[in-house]
Amino acid sequence: MGLAAILASLAFLSLLFISIIGKGYTAFWQTYVRLDVHLSADQLDRTELETADYPGIVKKTLRSMFPEVKSRGDKRKLYALISSGAAFQIREMVLEDPDLVGKTVSVWVPADDDVDMLVKGHIERDVPEEARRLTDKQLAWVDALTGEGRVEKRFNRTLFTHGDSREPELAGIWGATVGSFLTLAITLLLSFPIGVASAVYLEEFAPKNRWTDLIEVNINNLAAVPSIVFGLLGLAVFLNFFGLPRSAPVVGGLVLTLMTLPTIIIASRAALLAVPPSIREAALGVGASKMQTVFHHVLPLALPGMLTGTIIGMARALGETAPLLMIGMVAFIVDIPGGFTDPSTALPVQIYLWADSPEKAFVERTSAATLVLLAFLIVMNALAVVLRRRFERRW
Amino acid sequence: MADPTHSDPKLISREKRKTVGDITVDNPRMTCRNVNVYYGEKQAIRNVSLDIARNEVIAMIGPSGCGKSTFIRCLNRMNDTIESCRVEGEIIIDDVNIYGRDIDVVPLRAQVGMVFQKPNPFPKSIYENVAYGPKIHGLSQSRAELDEIVETSLKKAGLWEEVKDQLEHPGTGLSGGQQQRLCIARTIAVSPEVILMDEPCSALDPIATARIEDLIDELREQYSIVIVTHSMQQASRVSQRTAYFHLGDLIEVGKTTDIFTRPKHQLTEDYITGRFG
Ligand SMILES: Nc1ncnc2c1ncn2[C@@H]1O[C@H](COP(=O)(O)OP(=O)(O)OP(=O)(O)O)[C@@H](O)[C@H]1O
Ligand SMILES: [Mg+2]
Repeated sequence: MGLAAILASLAFLSLLFISIIGKGYTAFWQTYVRLDVHLSADQLDRTELETADYPGIVKKTLRSMFPEVKSRGDKRKLYALISSGAAFQIREMVLEDPDLVGKTVSVWVPADDDVDMLVKGHIERDVPEEARRLTDKQLAWVDALTGEGRVEKRFNRTLFTHGDSREPELAGIWGATVGSFLTLAITLLLSFPIGVASAVYLEEFAPKNRWTDLIEVNINNLAAVPSIVFGLLGLAVFLNFFGLPRSAPVVGGLVLTLMTLPTIIIASRAALLAVPPSIREAALGVGASKMQTVFHHVLPLALPGMLTGTIIGMARALGETAPLLMIGMVAFIVDIPGGFTDPSTALPVQIYLWADSPEKAFVERTSAATLVLLAFLIVMNALAVVLRRRFERRW
Repeated sequence: MADPTHSDPKLISREKRKTVGDITVDNPRMTCRNVNVYYGEKQAIRNVSLDIARNEVIAMIGPSGCGKSTFIRCLNRMNDTIESCRVEGEIIIDDVNIYGRDIDVVPLRAQVGMVFQKPNPFPKSIYENVAYGPKIHGLSQSRAELDEIVETSLKKAGLWEEVKDQLEHPGTGLSGGQQQRLCIARTIAVSPEVILMDEPCSALDPIATARIEDLIDELREQYSIVIVTHSMQQASRVSQRTAYFHLGDLIEVGKTTDIFTRPKHQLTEDYITGRFG
């Protein structure tokens, strides 16, 4: 019976993994198109390289590749095959090396997400034209490019180096990852010392009276409070009362600290309680004071357990979405956050945002981002297990 | 369940429970007078008075639960760690009542060291185990001095030859008997005057026990030793005086040879002849 339950849950778990990996792995590759871009000196004034018309250069390149395209509508369709990110890419390139002006360079630029979907087989060719995101002409152009060996699937670096974007082929999780990292840094910095200090005080020094009983009951109850409540609290206290910036990792970190503290305190107290009394007696017996006993002997022995609890708390905080929504970390943010007060989002929130987007290309990116998040969580949990194993002692 | 004192006719009379034998010695190391110990409402030690002599081993014997541990834990105030425990009476060392006001237990516990029933080395190196006490009490000015203390303590505990090449190894990796001698070395390292031992051999095999007993005999030259034991053979082997406890009362004190050959009190006789306990 129990075995059946375990097998069933394992089956569901692997089903989940297979479905996420199956949907997500394609997002790690992205279709690129090779363009031979002529960086003519007429279009690029050396003194005004920053503001030159790079989209125009891309368009001109495309026109020269398909000279038969004449009508305005067709031209627009043609331009739509290439990501708007191509112009930025060429701009960066030229700014880095102004000597390229006047030369013709061959560059791989990202294709539009619809082309990407076509290459990955997510767009069916034999449905009527109106029901497709690409027209018959566009299909023909893509086929022509493919025939010339100008279309290739390459590793999707954008996914790991860019922030969010409206264009799926330019959207990445780096912004959200940095946001998550900053948020968790604040959480760790606050919750570990405060949690450990509270646990040490409550377990080792606090008198047993009605007050400490009350505190204990409250801590245990707080651990069971739904996380969105902490978000509401953060909104009311940190944003409205203290006037901290919206969407900022500081506030996210503060809210998640409130959420993780009970977990860490409970785990730390359990770790302190697990230190055998004989060690305390030994220390007291040679004349160590209460302080020395706690800080020289009990705390070092309890630390691995405390760290394990902290890592598990942090893993929970990393996966938390609801409280972050309440404090505005759900905004559409393109820039990579540079500090604790910059607007940012977090990995799970990014997943939530992408899951809500209509573009097909965001579906695979949602799964890919989930995979990355799961990878982080697995690493953190593995770390906790390793710590526990490594420092497990027999007294 | 009824209080056993009332079901046992020999114990009803208060008179019968007065200590038999001479509780005093000349020039005592420690003096306990009218010590009462309570755990909450429950009294665990009743009006015990006893002197601890210099350079002697005094054994505490008695049936389980009679308060031997409770009594010796009073001598270095280890009972302080138990919240419900309350001690009345006087325990004097060097003319100071250790339960008097403004007494710092830290130097007291260095002066009156303790070895526990189960060997409890710190999960640190052998060296650290012995060096910890001297370090926190500031007994050494330099590393060389500390090394010296560690070496002499281990030598006195009879462990030096076995561990001198592995001082950096964890103390918990030693055998049970070695661990207990390490704990004795750790106690000696802070130069106590009295060493309390609560059933120090109960977790050890006969060979390790014999080593510890020999060691106790050697240590007597420098320290007063109070040892709790359940083994009457052990008490008669290592101690000069013996105190017999029964349900919180100190029933009889005397020379070990006298106690085991001609006990004066009926309860003592019953116990050592194995009629109960
Ligand atoms: N922490 C405590 N709280 C309450 N009662 C206690 C506590 N420790 C001991 N007692 C009680 O005090 C009495 C004496 O206990 P103690 O441990 O001193 O006996 P003992 O003679 O050492 O017994 P043993 O030979 O089994 O070690 C017992 O009745 C015991 O139940
Ligand atoms: Mg005992």
